[in-house]
Amino acid sequence: MSGHDSKYFSTTKKGEIPELKEELNSQYKDKRKDAVKKVIAAMTVGKDVSSLFTDVVNCMQTENLELKKLVYLYLINYAKSQPDLAILAVNTFVKDSQDPNPLIRALAVRTMGCIRVDKITEYLCDPLQRCLKDDDPYVRKTAAICVAKLFDINAELVEDRGFLESLKDLISDNNPMVVANAVAALAEIQENSSRPIFEITSHTLSKLLTALNECTEWGQVFILDALSRYKAEDAREAENIMERVTPRLQHANCAVVLSAVKMILQQMELITSTDVVRNLCKKMAPPLVTLLSAEPEIQYVALRNINLIVQKRPTILAHEIKVFFCKYNDPIYVKMEKLEIMIKLASDRNIDQVLLEFKEYATEVDVDFVRKAVRAIGRCAIKLERAAERCISVLLELIKIKVNYVVQEAIIVIKDIFRRYPNTYESIIATLCESLDTLDEPEAKASMIWIIGEYAERIDNADELLESFLENFPEEPAQVQLQLLTATVKLFLKKPTEGPQQMIQAVLNNATVETDNPDLRDRAYIYWRLLSTDPEAAKDVVLAEKPVIGDDSNLLDSSLLDELLANIATLSSVYHKPPEAFVTRAKTAQRTDEEDYPEGSDAGYSESPSQAGGASPPTTSDAHYSAQRKLAPGSASPPPPASVPDLLGDLIGLDNSATGPVDQPAAPAGPPLPILLPASAGQGLQISAQLTRLDSQVFYSLLFENNTQITLDGFMIQFNKNTFGLAAAGPLQVQPLQPGSAVNTLLPMVVFQNMSQGPPSSLLQVAVKNNQQPVWYFNDKIPMHVFFTDDGRMERANFLETWRSLPDSNEVSKDFPAIVLTNVEAVLERLAATNMFFIAKRKHANQDVFYFSTKIPRGIPFLIELTTVIGSPGLKCAVKTPNIDMAPLFFEALETLLKE
Amino acid sequence: MPVAASAIYFLNLRGDVLINRLYRDDVGGNMVDAFRTHIMQTKELGTCPVRQIGGCSFFYMRISNVYIVIVVSSNANVACAFKFVVEAVALFKSYFGGAFDEDAIRNNFVLIYELLDEIMDFGYPQNLSPEILKLYITQEGVRSPFSSKPSDKPVPNATLQVTGAVGWRREGLVYKKNEVFLDIVESVNLLMSSKGSVLRCDVTGKILMKCFLSGMPDLKLGLNDKIGLEKESQLKSRPAKSGKTIELDDVTFHQCVNLTRFNSEKTVSFVPPDGEFELMKYRITEGVNLPFRVLPTIKELGRTHMEVNVKVKSVFGAKMFALGVVIKIPVPKQTAKTSFQVTSGRAKYNASIDCIVWKIRKFPGQTEPTMSAEVELISTMTERKPWTRPPIQMEFQVPMFTASGLRVRFLKVWEKSGYNTVEWVRYITKAGSYEIRC
Repeated sequence: MSGHDSKYFSTTKKGEIPELKEELNSQYKDKRKDAVKKVIAAMTVGKDVSSLFTDVVNCMQTENLELKKLVYLYLINYAKSQPDLAILAVNTFVKDSQDPNPLIRALAVRTMGCIRVDKITEYLCDPLQRCLKDDDPYVRKTAAICVAKLFDINAELVEDRGFLESLKDLISDNNPMVVANAVAALAEIQENSSRPIFEITSHTLSKLLTALNECTEWGQVFILDALSRYKAEDAREAENIMERVTPRLQHANCAVVLSAVKMILQQMELITSTDVVRNLCKKMAPPLVTLLSAEPEIQYVALRNINLIVQKRPTILAHEIKVFFCKYNDPIYVKMEKLEIMIKLASDRNIDQVLLEFKEYATEVDVDFVRKAVRAIGRCAIKLERAAERCISVLLELIKIKVNYVVQEAIIVIKDIFRRYPNTYESIIATLCESLDTLDEPEAKASMIWIIGEYAERIDNADELLESFLENFPEEPAQVQLQLLTATVKLFLKKPTEGPQQMIQAVLNNATVETDNPDLRDRAYIYWRLLSTDPEAAKDVVLAEKPVIGDDSNLLDSSLLDELLANIATLSSVYHKPPEAFVTRAKTAQRTDEEDYPEGSDAGYSESPSQAGGASPPTTSDAHYSAQRKLAPGSASPPPPASVPDLLGDLIGLDNSATGPVDQPAAPAGPPLPILLPASAGQGLQISAQLTRLDSQVFYSLLFENNTQITLDGFMIQFNKNTFGLAAAGPLQVQPLQPGSAVNTLLPMVVFQNMSQGPPSSLLQVAVKNNQQPVWYFNDKIPMHVFFTDDGRMERANFLETWRSLPDSNEVSKDFPAIVLTNVEAVLERLAATNMFFIAKRKHANQDVFYFSTKIPRGIPFLIELTTVIGSPGLKCAVKTPNIDMAPLFFEALETLLKE
Repeated sequence: MPVAASAIYFLNLRGDVLINRLYRDDVGGNMVDAFRTHIMQTKELGTCPVRQIGGCSFFYMRISNVYIVIVVSSNANVACAFKFVVEAVALFKSYFGGAFDEDAIRNNFVLIYELLDEIMDFGYPQNLSPEILKLYITQEGVRSPFSSKPSDKPVPNATLQVTGAVGWRREGLVYKKNEVFLDIVESVNLLMSSKGSVLRCDVTGKILMKCFLSGMPDLKLGLNDKIGLEKESQLKSRPAKSGKTIELDDVTFHQCVNLTRFNSEKTVSFVPPDGEFELMKYRITEGVNLPFRVLPTIKELGRTHMEVNVKVKSVFGAKMFALGVVIKIPVPKQTAKTSFQVTSGRAKYNASIDCIVWKIRKFPGQTEPTMSAEVELISTMTERKPWTRPPIQMEFQVPMFTASGLRVRFLKVWEKSGYNTVEWVRYITKAGSYEIRC
C-alpha cells in the first residue's frame, strides 16, 4: 500500500487557483492539508501558484509537522518572487526556532537559510546564534550548515556576528555529525574567502582524525576532503596521518575511498622511503579495483581518477591490468576509459595479453570503440619498442578482415609507427597497398599517400599507385591534396623518370591554377620554384630526415597532474581540467546581485538597534567593495595615456606620412587592449596590443607603457610567418618614450605577405625591439573577424545556391555550450558591424536558426548557420566554405564575437 | 569541496520533471531544459554520465523509467553525488516497499520532498539510513515491518540517533526470539578465451545480514580468510589450524563495522542495524573454483550454414546442483532456421537477441550435457561484414556452494542482557558476467 499522492495532480473543472484558495482557507484541517498538497503538486509540474502566497503562509502555524514542511517548501520556492509577503512568515519561523521539539527548531533554521530574502536573513541571525549553542546535536548540525548558507548570502553578516567563531567551536563538539558539518561549512567558507579562516593546525588535525572513526560516511568525506589541504611537516607526520587514514580504504562508500586515496597520495609526496611508498601503493590497489564493481556511473568516475593515479604512480596498478579488460556489456563510456588505462599500463610483460584483448575489441560492434582499439594497438607499438613487431602483426591480421573502418584506422596508426621506427617495418607496405581502393576517409587516404611517397623508392609501382589517386585530385579534400602534392614531389625526386615527371607537371598545374586553396597553391609554388632552380636543394628540403615521434599516452604535464590529483573525486578529476577552467565563479555574478546590499543593510540596522554599537556598516561594506574591484580583471586597465606624447605621436605620424598611410585614424577609444608583454616580463616595458579593423583596413593597435627609469626609443616591430601572412605595412611609428609615459599607436597591416605553412592557426608571434632593451617576443591571437570584408553580403538566392554548390565535406559544425543569446537584435547588429551579414532566420521546433554570410580576402566566402534556443545556453554553429581548414579559426572568432 | 549537488531533478523518459529540489542558488531553475535539449534529445544520451553544458555540469543516472539528474556549478564531488543518488534510491525503495519508478514518485511526492529536505542540506549529504529516518519521517505510504510505532508522535530521542555515533540503530528494540540470518552471496565473473584459457576471473561476494536482535548487541564475525586467521593465531600465540584459508583481495564494510579495529586486529566487529543490510563486500581473484566450464565449437560452413556444438561441464560436487541455468549462444543476425539436439534442458532460438537460449532448470554436479545445433543463414548477395561473434553468456545459481571457498567460522553476539541467539547461514553462488568467447 504505497502512497496515493498522484490524485493531487488531477485537475478540476472549476478554475484551479480560486478553488485552491477556497480550500486553503477552509476551516477543516484535513482539507487545508490536502489543498497545500495540491499546491505543491501544481508547483512540481511547473504551474505558477505564487498568487496563493498569503493563503499558504496562513497554514504555516500548525502542529502538524508534515503540513508545516510543505508550507516551508512552498516558501523556499516562492519567497524570492514575493519578498514583501515573505516577511509574514518571519514570526512563525522565529517562534518555531524556539519550539521544544528539536526537529522543528532545526527545520525552522534550515528553511530560513534557504530563503534568500534580505528581510528574512536579518531575522535569521538571532535564532541561528541560539541554535549553534542548542543542547540537541541535530539542531547544532543543521545550524552549522546554515552558517555556510548565510555566508553565501551575506558574508559580512557572518563575520560581524561572530558566527565563524561559533562554527570553529563546533569542531570540538562531542557529536561527530556536528563536527563533520562544521568542517564542511568552514571548508566552503574558506574556499570563497581570501582571508585565512579555517586553518588546520596539527591539533585540529588529530582531533578530526579521531572524529573520523565515529562519523557517518558523508561526514568522513567532508573531513577527509578538508584535511587533504593539510601539509604535513615532515615524513613522520605524513606517515602518522596516512596510518590513520588507510582504514578508510575499506569503506563501502566510494566517495570515502576516493577521498582517502586523495589524502594518502598527497601525504605520500613527503615520503622518501621506498619501502613505505611500496607498502602504501599495495594497500591502495585493491580498493581502487573494487570501485570497478560499483554502478557504471561510479565506475566511470573511478576510471577517470585511476587514469590520473596511474600517471603519477604507475606501480599501484601495474599488476592489475586484467581488471581493466572490457566486459561485453560494459557501457561504452566505461569501455573507452578502460582502454585508455590499458594503454597506460601496457608493458613488455603483459603486452601479449593486452594485444589479444585489443584484437578482440577490434571485432566488436561499436565503431568508435573499434577504432579506439585499433589506435590503441598502434599506441602500444609506439610506446613499447620490443613489442612493436607483435603489434604490427596484429594490425596486419586486422587489415585482413577487410572491415573498412578497421583498415583505415590501422593505416593511420601504421603511418605513426613508421615515423617512430624508420626503416624497420617497411616490408608490410605491400599488404597495405592491397587495401588501397577501399580507403574513403581523408585521414586514412592522406596517411597511405604519405607512406607511398616516403617509401617511393621501395615500392615498385609507386607511380601507378599515386597516379590512381591523382585522377580525382580536384575533388579530394585539402588534407589529401597536400599529401598528394608532397608525395608526388618525393616520388619525382627519388625516381626522376618520365612517368613521375609527367605526374608532377599535372599535379603542380592542378595545385596552382585550378585550386582556391592558398595553402595548396603556396606549397605547390614553393616546390615548383625549388625544383626549377635547384633540384639538389629540393632533395635536401623535401627528403630531409624527420624527427622521430614519441609516445603520447601520458599526456598531462606534471604540474597539471598534481593539481588534478589534489582534486580527486571531484569534477576536475573527471574532466581532467583544473577547476578554474570550468567553474565560472558564482561570486562575480553574486557581486552584481549584492550591489543594492548597503541599502538593505541600512534598513536592517535601523530596525535592530543592538547593532548600532558596532562598526558603521556602510563604510565597511564600501571598503569591501573597493577591495573587490581591485581584484577584478577589468580594473587592471592601464592608466589613461598622457596627452602630450599622444599629440606628439600624431605629429610624428603626420611628419612621416611618406612612409605610413596618411589617413591613419586615431586610436579608438574602446575597451582596454589585452596586455601581451607585462611590465614584469619586459623589464618595465609593458605592451598591450590587438588586431582591429577600421575603415576596411586591418590595424595593429598597440599601447606601449614605459615603467622603466630611462627613455626608450628606436622601436621596431617584426611579425613571424602566420596563417594569414600578416605583416606591417610600414615601419612602427613610436616617438621616444619618456619614463612613466605611455603611447598608443595604430600600425597598418597587410595580408598575404609572409604566409606560414601547415594547418591554419590563429597564432601571431610578434617581436618588438628598441635601442635600450633586448628584443621582446610575445604571442598574440589573430581574431579572424578582422579580415571579414565589406563585400561579404549575399542575397538569399545566392546564398542558397552557394550552399548547395559546396559539397557536404565542406561543412563543419561546432557546439558552444556556454554561449547564450538573449538580445538577438543587439547580436545581429554587432555581427553586422564586423561584416558578418544576417541573411535569414527560421524557427525549427523550439530553436531559432539564423543564417549569415561573410567573406575573407581573396574572396573566400563563409556561409554560416547558427542554431540556438534564445535565452538558454548552447549554440550550434555550422559553417560551409570552400576553405574548410579555416573553420576552427572562424569558430574561435565567432566565440569571441558572441561572448562580447 | 564535498558539495555533491546544487539541484536534483527526477525526470521521466520524456523529460518531464517529476520532482525537483534546488539546494543552492548557483544554478538556475531552468537548467534542466539544457539537459533535455543537449542530452536527452540527442545521441549523447548514454555516452557519458558526466557532462558540462554552459556553466553547469550534469551527472545523471537512469533507474528504471526515471532519470535522476544532479546539477552543479562548482567543482563538486562527483563520487559523492553518484553515491548519494544510489543511496537515496535505496532509501526511497525501502519507504515505498520495493519499486522505484515514475508511478512510485508521483504517488509519494510529498514524502519524497520531505526526504529530500532531510537527507541533503545545502548540497551536503546528511544521514541516509532508512532505519533512523523512519523514526521521524512517517507517511501513510510507508510500508515497513520495523515501524511499529504510531506515526504521529515523533520519537523523543530521534535526533540523538540521527546524529549519534551509532547512527544506524535505534535503541530499545525488543525481540522475543533473537535471530541472525547470514547470506553469503557470491557472483563469479569470468572471461574465457575461445581456447579455454581464463582471461579474467574474479569473485565479488557480499555478506547480507538480517538481524532481529534486542538491545544494542556487539557482534563479531570470523571467516576462514588467511589474514584474519593468521592474526588470530598470532594473538593467541598458537599455530593456525590447518585447513583451507582464503585470501581476500579486498574487503569493504558497511559503516557499522569498526574499521580501525579491523585494521589493527583483523576482526570484523560491529553493532548491526536492525533488519536487513549488507555487512561487507569482498573480492577474490586467486583460487576461484569455477562451477562451470563451457566448451563451444562453432563452425561456419560456407556462407549459409553453421554448426554449433556446446558442452557445459559442472565441476562442483555431485551431490549439489545448480538452478536456473541459462546459456545464451549468439548466432548471426541473418539466421533463418535453427534445429537443435540437447541432452538436457530445452533450447530455443530467440531472434530478438540473436541467441540460441538453452535453459536447464536443475543441473546436477559432475555432469556434462551438450547441445548441438545447425543454423541456416539467409544468403545475401552483397559482401557482408564478417560476423563479430559476441561471447556466450551464462546465468546460474548454485546453492550451498561458494566459488571462493569462503566459510563463516563463527558469529558471536554479546549483549548486556546475555540472551541466546540463533544464527542461520546460507551460501549461494551466482553468475556475474560469465562470458566465454567463441
